[in-house]
Amino acid sequence: MPDRSAFWNFLLGRLSLSSLPLHNSIVVGTFIVVAIGGAAVLGLVTWHRKWGYLWREWFTSVDHKKLGIMYMIFATVMLFRGFADAIMMRSQQAIAFGSNMGYLPPHHYDQIFTAHGAIMIFFVAMAYIVGLMNFAVPLQIGARDVAFPFLNNFSFWLTVSGGMLFMASLFIGDFSHAGWLGYPPVSELQQSPGPGVDYYIWGLQLSGLGTLLTGINFVVTIIKLRAPGMTLMKMPMFTWTSLATSGLIVVTFPILTATLFLLSLDRYIGTHFFTNGFGGNVMMYINLIWIWGHPEVYILILPLFGVYSEIVSTFSGKRLFGYSSMVYATVSIMILSYLVWLHHFFTMGSGADVNSFFALTTMMISIPTGVKIFNWLFTMYRGRVNFDVPMLWTMGFLLTFTIGGMTGVMLSVAPADFLLHNSLFLVAHFHNVIIGGVVFGVFAGINYWFPKAFGFRLDPFWGKLSFWFWQIGFWVAFGPLYVLGLMGVTRRLSHFTDPSLQIWFIIAAFGAFLILLGIAAFVIQIVVSIRRREALAVGNDPWGGRTLEWAASSPPPPYNFAFIPRVHERDTWTDMKESGYQRPLQGFNDIHMPKSTAAGMVLSGLGFVFGFAMVWYIWWLAALSFVALIVAAIVHTFNYDRDGHISADEVSEFEHSGNWEPKARGAIA
Amino acid sequence: MFVKRLRSLLVASLALMLGGCHLVLLNPAGDVARQQRDLMIASVILMLLIIVPVLIAIGVIAWRYRASNTAAEYDPEWDHSTQLELVVWAAPLLIIIALGAMTWIGTHQLDPYRPLSRVDDGKALALDARPLEVEVVSLDWKWLFFYPQYGIATVNQLAAPVDAPISFKLTSTTMMNSFFVPSLAGQVYTMPGMQTVLHAVINKPGDFDGFSSNYSGHGFTDMRFRFLGMSTADFSKWVAKVRASGTTLDRAAFDKLKLPSRAEPVHYFAHYSADLYQQILNRCVDPGQVCMSRMMAMDAQRGRGAPGGSDTHAMPASPAVQAPVTDAATH
Repeated sequence: MPDRSAFWNFLLGRLSLSSLPLHNSIVVGTFIVVAIGGAAVLGLVTWHRKWGYLWREWFTSVDHKKLGIMYMIFATVMLFRGFADAIMMRSQQAIAFGSNMGYLPPHHYDQIFTAHGAIMIFFVAMAYIVGLMNFAVPLQIGARDVAFPFLNNFSFWLTVSGGMLFMASLFIGDFSHAGWLGYPPVSELQQSPGPGVDYYIWGLQLSGLGTLLTGINFVVTIIKLRAPGMTLMKMPMFTWTSLATSGLIVVTFPILTATLFLLSLDRYIGTHFFTNGFGGNVMMYINLIWIWGHPEVYILILPLFGVYSEIVSTFSGKRLFGYSSMVYATVSIMILSYLVWLHHFFTMGSGADVNSFFALTTMMISIPTGVKIFNWLFTMYRGRVNFDVPMLWTMGFLLTFTIGGMTGVMLSVAPADFLLHNSLFLVAHFHNVIIGGVVFGVFAGINYWFPKAFGFRLDPFWGKLSFWFWQIGFWVAFGPLYVLGLMGVTRRLSHFTDPSLQIWFIIAAFGAFLILLGIAAFVIQIVVSIRRREALAVGNDPWGGRTLEWAASSPPPPYNFAFIPRVHERDTWTDMKESGYQRPLQGFNDIHMPKSTAAGMVLSGLGFVFGFAMVWYIWWLAALSFVALIVAAIVHTFNYDRDGHISADEVSEFEHSGNWEPKARGAIA
Repeated sequence: MFVKRLRSLLVASLALMLGGCHLVLLNPAGDVARQQRDLMIASVILMLLIIVPVLIAIGVIAWRYRASNTAAEYDPEWDHSTQLELVVWAAPLLIIIALGAMTWIGTHQLDPYRPLSRVDDGKALALDARPLEVEVVSLDWKWLFFYPQYGIATVNQLAAPVDAPISFKLTSTTMMNSFFVPSLAGQVYTMPGMQTVLHAVINKPGDFDGFSSNYSGHGFTDMRFRFLGMSTADFSKWVAKVRASGTTLDRAAFDKLKLPSRAEPVHYFAHYSADLYQQILNRCVDPGQVCMSRMMAMDAQRGRGAPGGSDTHAMPASPAVQAPVTDAATH
């Protein structure tokens, strides 16, 4: 830190010009690209005078469908960032052999694998599943919005501000190098005095709060806002899995918040919760973080199990086989997922009885998961399977995830885990289930619900291309990691001496390149589909859907349903179609809806400022923004002007619009 | 027998497929790692019993009931079959019961804390066998090995005679690492202020890879050591060589050694300060630091109702090493 006056130290904390990574050409290059890209986007929005539109219709909107779409866009942007990290790691490991040290020094490489993991889990996978839940759950249960629409907007902006703190670390200061879960002692002040771990902590605190509020919101929404007649055992499978996930979120995310809070006490005021001496104990952190972390894995995968269930049933033209089995399986997975956390550290010396217990609970999870696979299989049996893009992703999932499940059970055999723990075999396993389960499911879900959101379907050619690149790329990228794991190669290494390993890393890097093509094909698919939207236009029910969201127009009106439907059967929309349902075109009433609000953005913006100030020890700004945050929250509670009405005439206009039939329309929005 | 034959078949086919590369986890040189591998392979075989049919069924059913095959039966209302559901729950349950039983037994038999009962397949431990004791310390970023029975210490090189049980005690100075020699036995974490234990045996002479497998900071990549399996005679020669060529590891030398360094070369120490390992473990190498063992003993004493406040002042500045509980009650 250069010498400077006390005034500047007070004003800027530990932030100084030397905090800018100007010496690092990779970061500077990235900054230039991001700056040019950002300027282009902002310029375009300004040129087309869309700021007012974006502000009114999107940023301040409390409409669950728009928030869902914004979550998906945010997650996709973060996917680019997380994937850029992945490509950098793969290329470093492919070239750093012998005298070649590669292009990333360890302190940079370590930040990259930390950022990759944290971003992919918290801001890609989480944002995607919350986005899908936001878009589909209220429609599936016949509701007009979630239970707490403002909270929903607030959750979204909290997630974004957490993500922005992560992104800021790229250009101001550096990021944590302690791994995606920030294990002490590496994450303690003594080993990581810089701002990196603080960026990690405050980014996760903001987004974690947002996720917790989402969880609460969806538990209440699903319990309280179901259409009349929709008993729990008549809920669509995706709603069931969303309920299970929301329950998991509500119980586990406070643990994450508390754990990170204890770590920040260690770092900011010198407590000794997880330090080496003075009664601190790193094992406590590792237990706590995994008591959140393992359920988190199921928070991610369960909603996608729901997506697959909807898709298999829809694209087989058949009721879902073993619905009650599926529900019981979902709930048992939810409960068991609390009882397995210790399998992440069998090697910590817990003793045989403890290890055996957690090994057995872990294996037990494979029973309900296996049941689900069988049930999807029997759903196709005696069906008419249409291999459109969502179904292709589902087939890819069934084949890939089953293998990933098997390697997972291998790791749960405690003595085998002593060999495989922390190896590239482990890395291959969790990518096998997260890519093969979560990512494939997200793309299946996007292709499935996109026509509902926009009134035109996604281009199938580029969709199939994206699928095949991802599917083949996945095996080319992670097959070699399984082999390397069996060769005893551990994870997080930035350099190798044994030349016989290199060929496997080169193959893996090629696989990552194939996945890059898969992502590119996905982006092209979106662009091509928007350009060809008139040819790809669909009505309200393009797939022969079975659940209520297909009863609404595409895109659905702000209020979703002019009349809340009455539910008699599990596959409600199929039942309505079979019993000759006619959409009412008159007799509309005014509909009570919540108003847009900027409060979510303001509060989250203050949260971002607070986080940034804490990271850089700018105490006056931290205090000021914290007080402002509390005051703004209190002021918002006195805002009684939150309700609006959509008049019967406007409803009538929507209900007579062209959104029900596949026909050309001007704008997409 | 069947499982054994299938296992060797699987190993052989894998080996063939992977050509030249050395899958050390499938072909280790130590009895413990070998038993762990056997368990891993047995679990794969057990799971393949259900996974192979499922994978085939996914392909077959998806193809048979494709939309264009109008000859296939179509029954959109068929969504339940009690028999099938029973099978669907029972089949994975049975597999997991078998796997669970295997795991329960294996986890207890291969518990790293459990002294070995055999040194090789079918070769029980001799009654008078005294295990080789090694005290392991992970430093930033290198490995320090004490041989208390021989009074020597080494850095980044570990040696042991073949077919003799080894008893490791492990700790760390600052970071959490994981001690792993894939050819020898599964890994165990090393943590500051705590001791973990590992029992193992090496059955073949050779020069094997050892490293940390838990990320511990910037020097982690180079935190590697050699593990040498030797005949008893060679091991004696090795000890003699360390004694002849080594320097002394006293506190001053340790203070230098513990400074962070990357890709540290091998060091030999012919002597080391007695109790150095215990002082590292109890975090009291520096003069003036109170050993954790002593602190805990004092806390335990307080808990029994004896006034402990004055004891803090009475405590000597020099470290009292691993004070037994009664030691603190001398006042």
